[in-house]
Amino acid sequence: MKQFRAFIKKEWFHIFRDRKTVFILFGMPVMQILIFGFALTNEVKNANIAVLDYSKDAKSAELIHQIDASRYFDVYTSLKTSSDIDRVFKAGTVKMVMVIPENFTQNLEAKNKVTIQLLADASDPNLATTLVNYASSIINDYQKQYFTEKLPLVVTPEIRMLYNPQLKGAFNFVPGVMAMVLMLVSTMMTSIAIVREKELGTMEILLASPLKPLLIIISKTIPYLFLSLINISTILLLSVFVLDLPINGSLFLLVSLSMLFAVTCLSLGILISSSTNSQQVAMLISLMGLFLPTIMLSGFMFPIENMPLPMQFISNLVPAKWYFYIVKDVMIKGLGFAAIWKEVLVLFGMTLFFLVVSIKKFKLRLS
Amino acid sequence: MKTLRFILEKEFRQIFRDPSILRMIFVMPILQLIVLPIVANYEVKNVKIAVIDHDHSPVSTRMINKLEAGGYFQLTGYCIGYKEALELVEQEKADLVLEIPTHFERDLVKENSAKLFVAVNAINGVKAGLGASYLSSLLRDYNADIRLETFPTSRFNQSPQISVTSSNWYNQFMSYKLFMVPGILVVLMTMVGSFLTSLNIVKEKEIGTIEQINVTPIKKYHFILGKLIPFWVLGMIVLTLGLTVARVVYGIVPVGNIGLLYAFSAVYLIAILGLGLLVSTITQTQQQAMLIAFFLMMIFIMMSGLYTSIDSMPYWAQVVTWFNPVRYFIEVMRMVVIKGSTFADIATNLGIIFIFGIVLNTWAIISYKKRS
Repeated sequence: MKQFRAFIKKEWFHIFRDRKTVFILFGMPVMQILIFGFALTNEVKNANIAVLDYSKDAKSAELIHQIDASRYFDVYTSLKTSSDIDRVFKAGTVKMVMVIPENFTQNLEAKNKVTIQLLADASDPNLATTLVNYASSIINDYQKQYFTEKLPLVVTPEIRMLYNPQLKGAFNFVPGVMAMVLMLVSTMMTSIAIVREKELGTMEILLASPLKPLLIIISKTIPYLFLSLINISTILLLSVFVLDLPINGSLFLLVSLSMLFAVTCLSLGILISSSTNSQQVAMLISLMGLFLPTIMLSGFMFPIENMPLPMQFISNLVPAKWYFYIVKDVMIKGLGFAAIWKEVLVLFGMTLFFLVVSIKKFKLRLS
Repeated sequence: MKTLRFILEKEFRQIFRDPSILRMIFVMPILQLIVLPIVANYEVKNVKIAVIDHDHSPVSTRMINKLEAGGYFQLTGYCIGYKEALELVEQEKADLVLEIPTHFERDLVKENSAKLFVAVNAINGVKAGLGASYLSSLLRDYNADIRLETFPTSRFNQSPQISVTSSNWYNQFMSYKLFMVPGILVVLMTMVGSFLTSLNIVKEKEIGTIEQINVTPIKKYHFILGKLIPFWVLGMIVLTLGLTVARVVYGIVPVGNIGLLYAFSAVYLIAILGLGLLVSTITQTQQQAMLIAFFLMMIFIMMSGLYTSIDSMPYWAQVVTWFNPVRYFIEVMRMVVIKGSTFADIATNLGIIFIFGIVLNTWAIISYKKRS
């Protein structure tokens, strides 16, 4: 036991001796939560659009004004001819062009029928769909003004937005960012722990010590577990007090499951560390190798139900996905343990798997 | 010149000697390029809807049929009460709950208006907003249908109609792959350029071999050029591989001029290599270099418009993206590949990247000391 304590102490010194790294380890999550928490959103606001108005009459001006006044659009420029459309799209200045045909007012009043064309730059398909949808609903509202008579047989849906009445992007993105940041920082921290000793040659000394491999691994994890706890606290504090996210469920449950997730990531780091031979490779795997898959497969950026089946299956292997579900359920929906026991079980299983494999891989002899 | 050749030879040998690094450089980017665009699809479809029908009237049944037939909603089940439906929402088995109150038909006929209750799981705000607006428009159609049947010739059906048609330019089939592949390619080039360069130089510092170079007659610029040129070449190779993968796997053929892409990449790589060099001069260990390079890369990627549009960001965040070289390259890559933009369209971005290149490299060279 005394040896074990000494080992932990040694690790502790290792970490805190390198001030720059410690600073980065604590500073990185803070910066990431702040930047991504605010900046990552797919709400559309003030998108630049252009107008090609062939009628230039009272009603068309009114419609354009309504579009411009909405919070979704800014009418950036008016075009003269249809050949300008390609030019502005290629220059990338506007994302959508609204074409109003000739004699807009006249046709609307006399023939009761006009057609407005919305041309979207679909190089970003998501944005294009959203813009066309918003513009259509503004045009719809606009024409309602011209028919104020009382209609018979009206069905009015009363729509309630659960959990997130203002439809803020942060409610979906912040739990995802939490998962991503914790995952990357925790994995990276331990991924170099063993391989550094190998590279520096101090591994020989460790192996010659009477401590068992399992205990060596655990003693390497414990200081980082403490660091993770600090990171979890800062992340949660920032999410609640700066990003205005609620904690609707139990705080205790949320923190303890965050710790579980941290342990999963730390053991993944240990696994990477014991199966590689240089710090460079270990870090490349834990950062570059995990970064993109974590973003893309954990479900906060891209809905998992849209992926092809094999990809949906692979996404189950990403620990961040399970933690993302846990955070959403506990923090935002306010559900209890009964709703997330499956996710918890999966994280437990992953941790166990990573640890067992790393102990198997942890060689007592260096080649 | 001869010195430079020897250094280059040394660098290339070192790079190709370590298979694991090489694997990282080539296999991983290509693998990610192949796998990741497949999953990047934010399209909102298959909204799962749970229905609570307290009315059980012909009118309410017809409404449910109409929703199902729209092809947009997926009926997950009928619930008896709201509580049961909310449970489905909590388990992510339903995105939307439609509650039809008792006497819905009676109210509609007698009082000429009836209410429906809709609850939307709004954690994902965009999905919720779109789902709700699709539902509203389906209900509007439904409403118009029953009105038309009840009063076939009435003036109520003569309201002024503005119909909206839309068309999607450059990407008719709304392919997300077309959108993601060029962006991911930029990320991979940037990673090779900044990550690997900084690591490579810091490694010499950490192992101590930089001392050996310092005592040779090798000049400062020889050393720096010797480090930068190989990674510049690697970056261009990644671009070529990436374009090939895009063509073979996804059938994406750049609409614009490929020469333009290469020219822009050549300048861009110089800028990004300067960044790698800069990171390596201010760090002492590989671990530090890695962390800083990664931290920068993460911000660069997330703030580049690759995943979420820059236009949607708050203004201060948009200002941050002005200092992000990745942003400019992703813009150019997408413009040229998808829309076929020409030199005049990308000239501003090229100029900005050029300035980035000059500033970053000058800064790096000034702060690089041969005897540190």
